[in-house]
Formats: sequence, C-alpha cells, structure tokens
Amino acid sequence: MNSLTLNNYLLASGLLFTLGFAGVLLRRNIIIIFMCLELMLNAANLSLVAFSRFHLGADGLPNYNAQVLVFFIITVAAAEVAVGLAIIVALYRARQTTHVEDLQSLKF
Amino acid sequence: MSPVLFWLFTAMMLGFGVSVVLNRDPVASALSLVGSFLCLAALFVGLDAFFIGVIQVLVYAGAVMVLFLFIIMLLDLRAEKRRNLNRLAIVGGALVSGGFGMALLRVLDGFSAGHRAFPALSAKIDDVRSVGSILFRSYNLPFQVTGVLLLVATVGVVVLSKRELK
Repeated sequence: MNSLTLNNYLLASGLLFTLGFAGVLLRRNIIIIFMCLELMLNAANLSLVAFSRFHLGADGLPNYNAQVLVFFIITVAAAEVAVGLAIIVALYRARQTTHVEDLQSLKF
Repeated sequence: MSPVLFWLFTAMMLGFGVSVVLNRDPVASALSLVGSFLCLAALFVGLDAFFIGVIQVLVYAGAVMVLFLFIIMLLDLRAEKRRNLNRLAIVGGALVSGGFGMALLRVLDGFSAGHRAFPALSAKIDDVRSVGSILFRSYNLPFQVTGVLLLVATVGVVVLSKRELK
C-alpha cells in the first residue's frame, strides 16, 4: 500500500477550487454563486492544512502558522457570508429576483 | 490517514461539489454543500488538524450553512425554471475551468517536493494548545482586528436589514 503524497491533497484542493470556479462562471442564481465562492475558500484551506502537515517544524509538529491562517480565513468567511446574504436579502426586497441576468442596472 | 479513506472522502467531497453546481433546487445545493464541508472536515482530521476540523464542522457545516438555508427559505426560492442556456457562458466556463485544471496538473507534475510522502510526526499532537499559543502570542493584533471585523459585519448586517435604506 503506497502512502499519500502532498500532491494528492493539492490535487483534491485544486479540483475543488476548479469546481467552485466553474460554478461561479456557469450558474446564474446569486445564492448558488455565493455557495461556490465558499467552495473556493475551502479549497484554499485544504491546501494550507496539507502544507502545514507536510512542513514539520523543528519540534516535529505541523507548522501551526498555516492553521492560524485557516482560522482567520474561516472567521472572515463567516463575516463575509453574513454581510453577503444581508445584501442578497436587501436586493431581493428591491427587485424580487436572485437571477443575475435580471439585475442589469446599478441604480434602483 | 489511510489512502482508502483519503480517496473515499475526496471522492465524496468532489461528488457533493458537483451536486452543488448542478442542482437546480437551491435547498438541494445547500445540503450538498454541507456534505462537501463535512467530507472536507474529515480530510482535515486525516491531516492531524483536529482543531480546524472541529471548527469546520461547527462554523461552516453548522452556522454558515444554517444561515444559507434560512435565507433560501426566507426568500422562498423555487427550483429554477429552465432558461435558455447562455452558450457563451458555458463554452467560456468550460474553457477557463479546463484550462485551470490542465495548468494545475502541469504545476503539480513539476512540483518535486509534492511527490514525497508526508513525514511522520515525532511528537504528540496537542493542536488546540499549539494553535492557541501561536494565535495569542504571534498573531495577537490580527486576532483583535478580526474581532473588530466581526463587530463591523454585525453592524453592517443590521443596517442592511432595515426596511428603509436611506
């Protein structure tokens, strides 16, 4: 049984990012686009944690700086989701749609 | 982490991801996203990042996804009706994503360190203590700025949710 390499994790992370990216480009529902953004953020987190485990520090433990960065990313993403969804709700109240092709003018 | 578990969780994570992108019903997409995040948390645990795995389940699969589902219910979104597909968007999306995937494979192939296996740990993992000590010692200022950011986000959400935006 061969053991896992760093590239396995980076490939998984890259494929997840590609999926999220394709979703942002293809989907027209603004909430789904937002979910795909979350997928992309999580893909970045996965490669950070994989590098953290791969690059051991002097004490033989994973490099925890990367995990602190992941912690910050998760916090900022939570704040971003709250604000983004509030904007979507305000937008829906004004226009009664979440379809991006129906939203073509900046000013209401 | 045993390779079997890694490939199982990776396949599930990507499968749920595909289902997020392809589902027409926003509720089904949101629930698939929960599944994808749970599999990702399992991958984090497999990388000995237990704290991050728990945070992933609590914050993402818990709080953030409940928020998503709540908003979907609030807006009462139905499954999208089949609209005329935008050919240009599909071709462009496939081209850009395919190009990104090819570039990824090329970069990973040339990344020699990535072909090595993960080194074994030589000490006992105590990751909550380690992350906490780095967070409060080396990253104290960013940590407090994050607190301010959360406050600003809360105030912003309250302002945005008011009936009259003046």
